[in-house]
Amino acid sequence: MNRGIAAYLLAAAALVALTAFAFSVGRYPVSPGELWGVFAAKIFGSARALPDNVETIILKVRGPRVFAALLVGAALAAAGTAYQGMFRNPLVSPDLLGVSTGAALGAVLGIFLSRDIWIIQAFAFAGGLAAVGLVYWIGSSVPRHDPLLALVLTGVVIGTLLGSGIALLKYLADPYNELPAITYWLLGSLASITPSDLGAASLFTVAGLAPMLLLRWRMNLLALPDDEARALGVDTRKLRAVVIIAATLMTAAAVAVSGIIGWIGLIVPHAARLLVGPDFSRLLPLAMLIGAAFLLAVDTLCRTVAAIEIPPGVLTALLGTPFFLWLFAVSRRGW
Amino acid sequence: MTRAAAMLSVEGLAIGFPRRTVGAGIGFSLCAGEVLCVLGPNGGGKTTLFRTLLGLLAPHAGTVRLDGMALAELSRREIARRIGYVPQAHAGVFAFTVSEMVLMGRTAHVNLFAAPSARDREAAERAIETLGIGHLAERAFTEISGGERQLALIARALAQEPQLLVMDEPTSSLDFGNQVRVLVHVRHLAAQGISVLLSSHQPDHALQIADRALLLGEGKALALGAPRDVIRPDTLQRLYGIDVRIVETADGVHTCLPDYATRR
Repeated sequence: MNRGIAAYLLAAAALVALTAFAFSVGRYPVSPGELWGVFAAKIFGSARALPDNVETIILKVRGPRVFAALLVGAALAAAGTAYQGMFRNPLVSPDLLGVSTGAALGAVLGIFLSRDIWIIQAFAFAGGLAAVGLVYWIGSSVPRHDPLLALVLTGVVIGTLLGSGIALLKYLADPYNELPAITYWLLGSLASITPSDLGAASLFTVAGLAPMLLLRWRMNLLALPDDEARALGVDTRKLRAVVIIAATLMTAAAVAVSGIIGWIGLIVPHAARLLVGPDFSRLLPLAMLIGAAFLLAVDTLCRTVAAIEIPPGVLTALLGTPFFLWLFAVSRRGW
Repeated sequence: MTRAAAMLSVEGLAIGFPRRTVGAGIGFSLCAGEVLCVLGPNGGGKTTLFRTLLGLLAPHAGTVRLDGMALAELSRREIARRIGYVPQAHAGVFAFTVSEMVLMGRTAHVNLFAAPSARDREAAERAIETLGIGHLAERAFTEISGGERQLALIARALAQEPQLLVMDEPTSSLDFGNQVRVLVHVRHLAAQGISVLLSSHQPDHALQIADRALLLGEGKALALGAPRDVIRPDTLQRLYGIDVRIVETADGVHTCLPDYATRR
């Protein structure tokens, strides 16, 4: 069987199995039969005699969280895949142009000003977009420079500036109320996701994913030197702008609901590339599958392995490193 | 040669970067199936000229007409359907296979949101066969040799189905055998009616395979004409600052012999 198809089937099977597992485990275990009963009742309208609390746990408590993990994982992986190709650098993550730092500063500012979760999320989303907008505007108005290098350097510089803004707000924050909230947010978590958070987040994620999936073959051209891509008939400035906007929308939406979850946008694209090669037509959908499955696995462990919630940022590296090293060892393909 | 038959015609062209002109007063035309070799010292403006002809740099003065149309009025896509660009071979970052790389030559024929069609794949395969690199098709572009990469990049340009190939020093990183092989391909492509504009560091290349030579130096076109007429000891001295003898072999081939003894 073709390696690419095998990788897809495996990733899809893992995703389905993990989703079922994530719904079943927790402080109140749900059996596979009960799980099926709830979904069958929802889909086919058949009435099954199940206790109400089972349905509440599956649809209201675990449902949003499982859905959020899938959404955020897929979005971060897709954005990372696009950025690594576009910046022709396998060490790039979606944070390169400051979206996470901008979102973090927005969220910290939101916490500083108010404790309303809606305001914090809106500030985080706007902060992410504003940071990338600023970086893109400065980077593309610097004359006579390699456009990519200008963007990367501006991203690094602005990222550092925003980082010091975060540090200042942490220093000024009330150490008993605000500082723990800030620290908690910066560690990232899917614990407090609500269905209403997910509406806006999925809207923006889909708005970012759609152009990326449609343009996925053409995005290959951005991995070539600029002159070559242009000589092959691509308006690289426009295509790059579209990809940056799409990736930024997705990442900002993800970060706004989940906080900063590192590692996925950096490592998942590598894993997918090792399996199917660098062609975006095959790479992008697989990276999304793996990203979704990976974050779901991590988040499920976060809420089940210990009596307290573990921040996903701790587990992404702990689980991801051996997985990645194993893949790296068994694969014979280059980037 | 009439103006109407010219695939590419360049008049009074001044080239350079924003705020810095590199060359001026450049004019020539190129017919279907003709090979024009541009010679000149490092930094003499060969690459700048090519980038201007591809529409990647704006001309400082003058006009470029492609197939009778002003280059400035053509979109990137329209230019890519007429001119195939062969850059100097580079390794790239990601391990695309040779066939994936050649398929990218079809970009100007593929709709914005689409993937390449069966017809595009056939065109890419034909280009790969033309260059005789079928055995490399599934190898990673990052792992093949410099000569093989150059052939793959030529195949990619052919997949564009262009009327004109622009080749920037296609032989500069190749060993002796691969240099000759690439130039033989150039002659074959010209025989099929494709115009070729290439640059080289070897005057011999122009003497052996070009129909005409353009000497680019001192910020202008120093000479344009049949290679045997313009590649002379005095023009090469002016272009490169070295003494060169032009020798005719018993079977009538001209070749350059630099004078190593008196060279300072």
